[in-house]
Amino acid sequence: MNAYEIVLKSREKGRPTALKYIGKIVDGFIELHGDRRFADDRAVIGGIGYIGGRPVTVIGIEKGSDTNGKIEHNFGCAHPEGYRKAVRLMKQAEKFHRPVLCFVDTSGAYCGIGAEERGQSEAIASSIIEMIRLKTPTLSIIIGEGGSGGALGLSAADEVWITETSTYSVISPEGCASILWKDSAKVAEASECLKLTAEDLLRLGAVEKVVKENGFNDEFYERLGRDIAAFFAEKSEVPAESLVEARYARFRKF
Amino acid sequence: MKFEDIKKFFFKKPKNALEGSEENTSERIPEAGEPAVIPDKLAEKCENCGQIILSDEMAENFGVCPKCGHYKKMPPRARIAMCAENFAELFAEEEGGNVLQFPGYDEKLAALREKTGEKEGVICGTGEIGGVSCALFAMDYRFVMGSMGHAVGEKITKTFEYATEKKLPVVGFVLSGGARMQEGIVSLMQMAKTSAAVAKHGEAGLLYIAVLTDPTTGGVSASFAFEADVIMAEKGALIGFAGPRVIEQTIRQKLPEGFQRAEFVQKKGFADIIVERKEMKEKLAALLKMHCAEVSA
Repeated sequence: MNAYEIVLKSREKGRPTALKYIGKIVDGFIELHGDRRFADDRAVIGGIGYIGGRPVTVIGIEKGSDTNGKIEHNFGCAHPEGYRKAVRLMKQAEKFHRPVLCFVDTSGAYCGIGAEERGQSEAIASSIIEMIRLKTPTLSIIIGEGGSGGALGLSAADEVWITETSTYSVISPEGCASILWKDSAKVAEASECLKLTAEDLLRLGAVEKVVKENGFNDEFYERLGRDIAAFFAEKSEVPAESLVEARYARFRKF
Repeated sequence: MKFEDIKKFFFKKPKNALEGSEENTSERIPEAGEPAVIPDKLAEKCENCGQIILSDEMAENFGVCPKCGHYKKMPPRARIAMCAENFAELFAEEEGGNVLQFPGYDEKLAALREKTGEKEGVICGTGEIGGVSCALFAMDYRFVMGSMGHAVGEKITKTFEYATEKKLPVVGFVLSGGARMQEGIVSLMQMAKTSAAVAKHGEAGLLYIAVLTDPTTGGVSASFAFEADVIMAEKGALIGFAGPRVIEQTIRQKLPEGFQRAEFVQKKGFADIIVERKEMKEKLAALLKMHCAEVSA
């Protein structure tokens, strides 16, 4: 597959969304709602459940699977409240020494009047700065689109993994083509140039692991669940200060 | 700072060491219909109201149009010169490269370096504001509208790391359209890198004042711009996450007057102080003094 085919694949209808992953990997998930400031943003879902017998805080950007779901979850485009809810749940996880797992799948943070009025920039900035200094293990997995700052807000983690046909980029290839070349038809070319595929990202050090998808069969979720459990088991042995320092170094290298 | 010095930064960069040897472009007779070329030494046209303003007058007024009050963008060295004394540049050697081998980017960078005489889109260093030592950075609109790629992120990160080590406050003049898209994911990672350095500086109990100037949007807005202890916004500056055109295209309606301007941002609770350019130095000095001067009670 070329880069543009992967871009299309990452957005494909019927692709598993965060809720599907949670259903398959997390046991006894209890959803927790709201940012305690303004609203409950359904584009970001969060809660607590077990992975490999360990309580974990799980946060996911949810795109929705059918028409009603897509509307309910605003197509995975979070408002400031989504990021503020995520920060609230991360700080709660830190308090109870729980690891944090984020599923990232968004074309980008929502851009609109309300989002701007309520400080989208500040919300994302706070999410990044809180997550990057969080004194508990963190893992982010990009499961579809990793769209710019909206994705980074939940990806300032100890490690970032990505599934085979997902992307992670500073801008959509459509946006890039239209801004740089004033030609939205050059999307395929922009997809190549942006180096947004899992393979490129691994080479650039932006992700630590590419997860094979195997057509998203049951074995895929089982293996992913085991890998996540093993990751948290290992990281839970590391003193919090060392985790934070290692995370600093992870992002410092860019 | 004398206004002659500000003018020097503001209005022209000598194209070679001998300033007097530049060609006088105004001697060419304009063709019919061609806009008249105004010699940049004497006067200029306000980009907002279109009135002709004497350059001396404009410089004396810190680049604010005396007729309509429009704020002209300030190059970083002029901005620093306006606010700080004894500026000593740091990390000047830092320059970015074409990390993704993005087509046309090498040429673009080379052209910008040639045009601006700067290596990248931010100037960093140390200086004094109202007698208080601080670390400073100022972003450059001339460099792809202050967009953040590796070099910009690296210089800002180093500035915070230096300030943390030397126990200095940081004053940052923010100006950016967002991420440098030609650097792809590397540019996105600068948001996380700079944020981590801001966090460490803050954990050391040190002050960071961000001055958001026109424009502050995108990835820079969603990282170190909004992570400061005190957020100042220059009067009238456009401040937001998404740019107004992108929002209009998304929601298919016109945005209200004043949307995302500094005054709006303050009203919504996201900026502490709106500052006029002429009082900026004084306001910064007062805040720095409250945080950094010895208490003599």
